[in-house]
Amino acid sequence: MANAFAGVDFYDVDGLLSEEERAVRDTVRAWVDEHLMPVIGDAYVEGKFPKQLIPGMAELGVLGANLPEEYGCAGLNNVAYGLIMQELERGDSGIRSFASVQGALVMYPIYAFGSEEQKQHWLPRLASGQDIGCFGLTEPDYGSNPGGMITTAKETKDGWLLNGAKMWITNGSQATVSIIWAKTGSVDDVKSIRGFIVPASTKGYTAKDQKGKLSLRASDTSEIVLQDCLVPKDAILPKSGGIKSPLMCLTQARYGIAWGGIGAAMACYDEALSYSKARIMFGKPIGQTQLQQSRLADMLTEITKAQLLTLQLGRLKDKGTMTPDQVSLAKRNNINMACEAAREARRLLGANGILAEYHSMRHMANLESVYTYEGTHDMHTLILGQAVTGLPAF
Amino acid sequence: MKIAVCIKRVPDMDLRFAIGAGGKALDSAGLKFDIADFDGYAVEAGLRLVEAHGSGEVVVVTVGPAAAQETLRKALGMGADRAIQLSADEVPFDGRAVATALATELKDGGYDLVLFGRMATDSANQTVGPMTAHLMGVPCVTAISKLDIAGGRGTAERQLEGASETVEFPLPAVVTIDEGLGRPRLPSLKGIMAAKKKPLEVKPAQLGAASLTVDSIALPPDRPPGRIIGEGADAVPELIRLLQTEAKVL
Amino acid sequence: MANMFAFAESRGGSLRKVALEAVSAARQATDATGGGEVHALLIGAPGIGAKAAALGRAGADLVIVVEHAGLARYSPEVFAATAADRLRSGGYRGAFFAASAEGRDLAPRVAVALGVSMASDLTGFAFEGDALVGKHPTHIGKIITTVRLTGSPALLTLRPGAVLVTDADRTARVEQGAPALDPAAARVVVTSVGGTGDAQLDLADAPVVVSGGRGLREAANFKLVEELAAAFGNAAVGATRAVTDDGWRDPSTQIGQTGRIVSPDLYVAVGISGAIQHLAGMRTSKTIVAINKDKDAPIFKLADYGIVGDLFEIVPRLTEEVRKARAGH
Repeated sequence: MANAFAGVDFYDVDGLLSEEERAVRDTVRAWVDEHLMPVIGDAYVEGKFPKQLIPGMAELGVLGANLPEEYGCAGLNNVAYGLIMQELERGDSGIRSFASVQGALVMYPIYAFGSEEQKQHWLPRLASGQDIGCFGLTEPDYGSNPGGMITTAKETKDGWLLNGAKMWITNGSQATVSIIWAKTGSVDDVKSIRGFIVPASTKGYTAKDQKGKLSLRASDTSEIVLQDCLVPKDAILPKSGGIKSPLMCLTQARYGIAWGGIGAAMACYDEALSYSKARIMFGKPIGQTQLQQSRLADMLTEITKAQLLTLQLGRLKDKGTMTPDQVSLAKRNNINMACEAAREARRLLGANGILAEYHSMRHMANLESVYTYEGTHDMHTLILGQAVTGLPAF
Repeated sequence: MKIAVCIKRVPDMDLRFAIGAGGKALDSAGLKFDIADFDGYAVEAGLRLVEAHGSGEVVVVTVGPAAAQETLRKALGMGADRAIQLSADEVPFDGRAVATALATELKDGGYDLVLFGRMATDSANQTVGPMTAHLMGVPCVTAISKLDIAGGRGTAERQLEGASETVEFPLPAVVTIDEGLGRPRLPSLKGIMAAKKKPLEVKPAQLGAASLTVDSIALPPDRPPGRIIGEGADAVPELIRLLQTEAKVL
Repeated sequence: MANMFAFAESRGGSLRKVALEAVSAARQATDATGGGEVHALLIGAPGIGAKAAALGRAGADLVIVVEHAGLARYSPEVFAATAADRLRSGGYRGAFFAASAEGRDLAPRVAVALGVSMASDLTGFAFEGDALVGKHPTHIGKIITTVRLTGSPALLTLRPGAVLVTDADRTARVEQGAPALDPAAARVVVTSVGGTGDAQLDLADAPVVVSGGRGLREAANFKLVEELAAAFGNAAVGATRAVTDDGWRDPSTQIGQTGRIVSPDLYVAVGISGAIQHLAGMRTSKTIVAINKDKDAPIFKLADYGIVGDLFEIVPRLTEEVRKARAGH
């Protein structure tokens, strides 16, 4: 049995957290040690999402944890929610992705744009893991430009008729319900984008795994096809409207991803640090060499900076003043930082670093996806560029 | 069924310890605290017994400073119903001093069972449970690994060295818990939120006089660094030689 | 000059090694404090008195034998009342119990009945003026606490193996005593003793402990560990928590922070990586041998003698060599 993860806290950032935020973090950290760490290596190599963990995650309350208790959720603040994402991603980005999608991309839109009946029906089922959700926005030809989507929803006397295809859909093949974004008007009418709750059992809805992934291997990524898929009139999210709605969801998810990056980086740093003290080369621990100390010092510095900036982001979100641009900065910084930390940790581990028994290379490969999804690093660069100059360069 | 579980806040044992300036306590820098290992098992046992019984109350009790409230709230987050902090700036090292405070609080509380972890992982005295029982005037069974409660009586199993014994006793009683009733559950996130709203009563601890005190603490002498004497089965003869001539244990 | 009291632990009509250790420690304490007598209390079913001679050789001047048909097994309340009774009347300076499962149950009951405090699990002790000063491993063995106990009698439990058993040509007087509480009136009753068997050498008593971990891959392979222990002839078999959690071995054999704490002369770790949890249970062993395939395993930082490699090749060879070495004795 490996030792419990003790975290990385060089600046007493713990002292900035409330007792309850620490308690939430510690409980998820212990859950990850106990339940996720023993199985993640094999799950990754086998390319399987460890779905046996879903009931435990649900029981713990990590799904939609920042949504209100009246819908069966934990009602946590956004810092505590962020810490959950950090701890899950300390285990694996794929598991954090699962929780992000369920919470921020499925439960959140139902909470924010749904009718009271939809909330009452779906949120407790999703919080308890009875239903698994996915988020259908990205299309084969519309990734960074989701407004260009060509999936349509036509209103008929029997309900909404959906047609189109979605790609890179996390949780897609195991989802029992999907939030599908489609245009109710013509394909160039971005304002006509609306969200629909589509049960996977609906006729004309199919999902299949995307094979051959070399990243996020312990996560389902799927392609969804909607062919004359008829859903009832009340399947529409009544308060959704325009591209702004799915983008609001992405802001929620990106917020969690920013925290997640810290988790992955801490895992890599922790592994690199303990390896550097144990691994003897030329008669001394490799941690006693300047090159490896430089790696460790860089990792520690970047992690500490990210911890502080992300905590402040969380405080702003809890205050209600957080802007999407601020989320872009954190997602961009933290995931880039985590990518670097993972790569340096993997290198420090030498040949052992390529084995699934160690974690850094798994994080390194995962983080390439995280770097790319939910707004690529480059897109966030342009968002920040636009934010400070007022000039869009898309 | 009404159950009290007495718990202690102790330093996280996975961390590296340093000796504090006075030489009598750990250097507090970098210490993290949590519920003592066996006390977590005791909370779990209390929750399971009440769940199995269908009704009842689990009250967690600690002796300690305000910081120990965090440990109480952890137990509340696991599912305990309410908490009592017997306030003391420091927890005496003397088990009898602590037992006096606990017995004073628990004696007339109408508890069917008072549970303890078999020992606190820091002071490792393993005396508070049986001493509290004596001061309360109730039977006591220590270090149990199985427990059944039925019809106002308990049946417990204790691990001995190389054997185990079965013990029967009437309630009310004090029982100290080794592992065995089940690993402590994690506080759920809803539980953590609910814990804030559960009652936590603070009273001064009526500590007994302490005649066992700490003179000083020290880190154990370093073992010589480990030494790998060889690889594979070919290293066995060398090991035998060292065990015979150097360690003199063969 | 002071008299000392020692509780002589027995099981199934036989003395346990820790009984001789308690008496030996009491002897040392008596001799160090200017002489006096060591009185040992031996409680059991009729016939237990036959064991008094062994207590004499370990250093007892007087053995108080309490025989009762209702006391074939440990009876916490009767034993505590009887010991407290004797201590109350005897004017003892110190009272020695073993830090065994029974001693740790009994001693606090006796102390609180007498209205005194006690020191636990000492690895060393000395009487200094009106105080007993002792060494007590705390914080899962990561700290050695020096404790000071005032008041008389000074009750303490001694960690098994902390003192060497003395063997002198001494004949103890025997006094017949009676239980201070009718065994039939006890509220807490031990109804049976069983389980992993008395025939096996116990982890606390064994000079050699051979333990196995996950590296053995499956429960059946534990026979390699058992065979090695058998080759030593004086070894008990332990296990890691991972292994007992998986049900490969009985939980009572788990060595570690949440299991048994041992400090044998020789500890052999087979296929054990050395999680801190486990190290807490064996780090005070006098000599540690580790066999593991991963040369970076933490156990090698602690091991006096480490062998890196396939335990399935190394252990059978070691068993054979130990057997040969033992035969030469």
